[in-house]
Amino acid sequence: MSNEYRLSSGGQINRSEIISFKFNGKILYGYKGDTLASALLANGIHLIGRSFKYHRPRGIFTSGVEEPNALVQIIKDEAKTDPNLRATQIEIYEGLSATSQNCWPSVKFDLGSINNLFSPIIPAGFYYKTFMWPASLWKNVYEYFIRKAAGLGKSPTKKDPDMYDHNYYHCEVLIVGAGPAGLVAAKTAANAGKRVLLVDERPNFGGNLNFANENYNKINELAPLEWIKKTCLELKNYKNIKILNRTSVAAYHNYNYLIMMQNLTDHLPDKDKKGKIRQRLWKVRAKKVILATGSIERPMIFDCNDRPGIMLSSAVRKYANSYGVKCGNNISIFTNNDDAYETAITLHNKGIKVKSIIDIREKSNGSLPKKCDELGIKIHWKSAVIYTEGYKKINKIHVINLSKDNSSVVGNKLKIDCDLLCVSGGYTPAVHLYTQSGGKLDYNEDKHYFFPKKNTLNQMSIGSCNGTFGLKNIITESHEKTKEFLDIKKTEQFSILEPRSGNFENIWLIPSNKISGKTKSFVDYQNDSTANDIKLALREGFKSIEHVKRYTTTGMATDQGKIANMHALGIISEVTNTKLGELGTTTFRPPYSPITFGALVGRNVGKFFDIVRKTPMHNWHEKYNAKFEDVGQWKRAWYYPSGKESMYDAVQRESKAARSNAGILDASTLGKIDIQGSDASEFLNRVYTNAWNKLAIGKCRYGLMLNDDGMVYDDGVTTRLGENHYIMTTTTGGAATVMGKLEDFLQTEWPELNVYLTSVTDHFATISVCGPHSKKILEKVTQNIDYSDTNFPHMSFKNGLVDKINCRVMRISFTGELSYEINVQANYGQSVWEKCIVAGKEYGITPYGTEAMHLLRAEKGFIIVGQETDGTVTPVDLQMDWIVSKKKYDFIGKRSLYRSDTIREDRKQYVGLITKDPKEILEEGAQIVAEVKNKPPMDMIGHVTSSYYSPNLNKSIALAIVKNGKKLKGKKLYIPMPNKTIEVTVSDTIFLDKEGKRLNA
Amino acid sequence: MFIINCPYCGERDHAEFSYGGEAHLVRPKQPTELSDDQWAEYLFMRKNIKGIQYERWNHSHGCRRWFNLSRDTSNDKIHSVYKIGEKPSE
Ligand SMILES: [Zn+2]
Repeated sequence: MSNEYRLSSGGQINRSEIISFKFNGKILYGYKGDTLASALLANGIHLIGRSFKYHRPRGIFTSGVEEPNALVQIIKDEAKTDPNLRATQIEIYEGLSATSQNCWPSVKFDLGSINNLFSPIIPAGFYYKTFMWPASLWKNVYEYFIRKAAGLGKSPTKKDPDMYDHNYYHCEVLIVGAGPAGLVAAKTAANAGKRVLLVDERPNFGGNLNFANENYNKINELAPLEWIKKTCLELKNYKNIKILNRTSVAAYHNYNYLIMMQNLTDHLPDKDKKGKIRQRLWKVRAKKVILATGSIERPMIFDCNDRPGIMLSSAVRKYANSYGVKCGNNISIFTNNDDAYETAITLHNKGIKVKSIIDIREKSNGSLPKKCDELGIKIHWKSAVIYTEGYKKINKIHVINLSKDNSSVVGNKLKIDCDLLCVSGGYTPAVHLYTQSGGKLDYNEDKHYFFPKKNTLNQMSIGSCNGTFGLKNIITESHEKTKEFLDIKKTEQFSILEPRSGNFENIWLIPSNKISGKTKSFVDYQNDSTANDIKLALREGFKSIEHVKRYTTTGMATDQGKIANMHALGIISEVTNTKLGELGTTTFRPPYSPITFGALVGRNVGKFFDIVRKTPMHNWHEKYNAKFEDVGQWKRAWYYPSGKESMYDAVQRESKAARSNAGILDASTLGKIDIQGSDASEFLNRVYTNAWNKLAIGKCRYGLMLNDDGMVYDDGVTTRLGENHYIMTTTTGGAATVMGKLEDFLQTEWPELNVYLTSVTDHFATISVCGPHSKKILEKVTQNIDYSDTNFPHMSFKNGLVDKINCRVMRISFTGELSYEINVQANYGQSVWEKCIVAGKEYGITPYGTEAMHLLRAEKGFIIVGQETDGTVTPVDLQMDWIVSKKKYDFIGKRSLYRSDTIREDRKQYVGLITKDPKEILEEGAQIVAEVKNKPPMDMIGHVTSSYYSPNLNKSIALAIVKNGKKLKGKKLYIPMPNKTIEVTVSDTIFLDKEGKRLNA
Repeated sequence: MFIINCPYCGERDHAEFSYGGEAHLVRPKQPTELSDDQWAEYLFMRKNIKGIQYERWNHSHGCRRWFNLSRDTSNDKIHSVYKIGEKPSE
């Protein structure tokens, strides 16, 4: 196993467990506990991908979630492939296969890198400025090349085979981040008996303390790793704490509602993944939240600061201490603070040569720089790196002195050979979750960072995400603040050893000896935005930081600018001479780090994903070969093909039978609302357009319901069962919203009305029997009902019995035929249905579905709300003026019926259409014109709403909404179709039995 | 993702409720006596303010009761919850 950059000892890896993996097809080895990044670095591999715009070679830059460069794709097969994963977070396992992204055709020879040569012509806003014109080139030329050249990974093309889960969770206190601050807070809270949830995105707890130098950092006399181990063991012993690793908080919403993604199997070998849940999405509601999300080290912004082999100083320290990996053999460090000196000492102690430290400060009074000096490491004070050399890997840095005010460079430059440059620009508090929750930021002018403005009763930030630095400060603050936050009395004493730290000095953009515009100082590595791009955007007049962000795409890549957003703001602040505190930050949006669609969707529960509602007769329909259609959540019998009969043939047969013999329909899905109370009649008066107070007990009436804007909303038949008792039917799809709307009016507008509503849709099975033989069938099925026209006329109801079962029979009709509806308690639905079938056998009773029902009512010109209407149609438009009461003082929608717009004569109105060729069936939704032109555009004056071939009339019929339709009766109109134009004549909407004789056949 | 304190049931998750638009719009008692403009004012015009807004909510997956609340639309903080017919506490 060739791990020439692996140190002989050290690290939290398991050296007895060797793991093989593939990178760009090549087999490599690492150890259990390695990340893909640490294993690649151990193999001397820095170059991972190409940059987004210029296709410059890019290498591993960090050791965690903030990584901008080392994006890889993990590939197993077409169903399992994950793009845009950070090599710094992937834990290697046997069988892992990763490839570079954003390089075509290969990472070492990349065609797109030609962009780099032309980079002066790809400035900020290049894509906006160039790919604008002509529009016709977008589809075939621009888009193809942009996608090919810029593609950030590939999506899987097959169904996701993995299992995902959702989990709801409630706790007293959620602690986000298990670094030193989070661990101390968790222990303080758990020890006081609080119900704690502690989460961290990494596999191991302890945060940056994991790779702190043990000679300089101690807690209670313990080395950092020992203290972490001891604390974690103590925590695990509390029964009132739940601890989750590999769990990243994606979003922090209002009222302490947080979304987190837990990774359960991605780090396991393929064979161990089987049958396990891959990721779990946690939806946490916490009484209190403690944010201990730490901080992210900043880079330095100078010319060519993006070459492979330039890395964050803390990352290099982590690779050495936690993974036993040296990132180079000949190292230089560029810093503005003392923390980088800890990296120098750590590397030196491990036998790695640290040649020089370039520090922009004049001096430091800290203990670590002093130690470096003693160790003989050359420190270049008041100096800066202004350029780097090396194509696929850094090999030289150019160093020069800074002027007194740091605004320019002075003297001669010095070239230093190196194979690794560590950069450290200080630390930025990770305030992402804090701001997501609505928190505002303050700016620290001395230390140059944004930090949380205030804690609230239910949320606080502690540790470096709060701008608290230094081990002692962090631990003391965490303990004390947690006590106060959770009202805990018990105190623990900590003794801390830490290095004395020197001052911090900041330069957002390192000056250069080149003329402005000739440098490539990258601010956003992933989106290839440079300091010059930001300056250009400002020159071109962009002032708002949100606009500069979008124009330069700074901070808009998958890393959301975790590394360099601060520098972008700093440069804007300097150029525009605005204080950073006034400038503010761009908005941090969820997710903090990407989450998968699988986790968002959760468990694939197949048919249980949505509720399915079945009528009491569903099994019978299934047995008799019904095809079903979905109406809302309901399954409704659509038609009953006999043998190999087509849908068209079945519907024609069913429709004919219903008029010539008898038909039977399952109408159980219609909404049913039981209305009771002394003001029930008045209530109906207010919600329907027609009058209800004179409806006699035992009678039925059709009603139209409007919204207050005058548009038709629902319709149905309501029956008066008693003095103060009605049963209302609604459309199948409208049942729930009608019920909601009626409740709303009763509760909020008319609380004085004594009316009670109960939804009884599911309580009754409704069987509709129609046709000339229907009366004879009903007489056989029910007892004690006299069906004579005088006793039981159209639009009335009777109570009766089917055997011993109570039933309500209504004589109402949606087909225009003599028709009865039997309502029985739902449990008896199927047996009564079967009884009707048996009783109707001698009369040729035929079950018909919703399609034939639609056809039959269209022959009669009855509307279907939602088909003939679309929320813009009034009763007058429907030529249903007869149902709108002129006498009633008010009803919902009345006032809107004579607004200037609703009384226009040329509104779209409801008409019938007869095709010139009676065999020609129109397409529903087809547009109607009065005048045909050679090609579009033509003036569209309406559309076809319903269209059928009528087996009872032997011709095609259609219903439509047409502008000024009332006045067009008898006129010819046209329906242009792709290959022909169809001529139609405007007709009455009632095609069959205009006199209504069949109702009493 | 608020927690709403239903005046009838207590604190429940946002997901149990439906939003019902601006509160305290009283439907005119005599709509027929209003001009088109006056009727349109009631029917269509809504404030949609940034700041404290009075809203109607329905505990649609709970007690199904309507109630009002006042919410700061700039930070979603709910200041008071009160029954229909009552006045907000502030
Ligand atoms: Zn409630």
